[in-house]
Amino acid sequence: MKKKKNIFIEGAISPEFIAESIAKHQTKMNIGAHNIFLGQVRADEVEGKKVTAIEYTCYKAMAEEKLSEIRENAFEKYDLTCMHIYHSLGTIKAGDICFFVFVSSKRRKQVYAATEDIVNMVKTEVPIFGKEIFEDQDYQWKVNTF
Amino acid sequence: MICIKYFGAIAEVTNCSSETIEKSNSSLKEIIQDIQSRYDLKHIPLKFALNQNIIEAVEEIEINENDEIAVLPPFAGG
Repeated sequence: MKKKKNIFIEGAISPEFIAESIAKHQTKMNIGAHNIFLGQVRADEVEGKKVTAIEYTCYKAMAEEKLSEIRENAFEKYDLTCMHIYHSLGTIKAGDICFFVFVSSKRRKQVYAATEDIVNMVKTEVPIFGKEIFEDQDYQWKVNTF
Repeated sequence: MICIKYFGAIAEVTNCSSETIEKSNSSLKEIIQDIQSRYDLKHIPLKFALNQNIIEAVEEIEINENDEIAVLPPFAGG
């Protein structure tokens, strides 16, 4: 059975939300290692114009399905205690956090490998779209590069 | 009825986020050709999903009543 989790957050992911997520795991005594990946909106410069924000949208039904597959695969492949994925929707300013992956396990090796894998899969397989907005309100559609 | 959904840069060209068509008994390939003839999407690398699953080879797929087709631009999560 696939468990649907709340992954999408309207607006930026706040440092307080991240801190609370860490705090919630302090009761789980079998965890010995956490690893966190945070994606931040970068003020890229394109032909002399700076990106001031990214507006994220998604194909929610498919994105949720894909994310639960990624989750299941990660638990099958790695010895994990916990994993959480959060992604922003809406307009996120440069400098704000838009992507949060939090992986926990008994020991550190598993969490490094799992985090890298999960981040790559979210970027390549989940239908999330981004509009990069410039300072003059012009925009371009974001395409992930690797 | 078949629902077609458009996202991101594609929805901008189609000027709508979804539409319904009466095309049961047709193949996915025919429906995609119909979409491409109505909208100029040549400049966008496209992916197609049928009922939330990415379709790698569109050739032999039959479309049934109430199916949902999505036309997807490049993914940009993260």
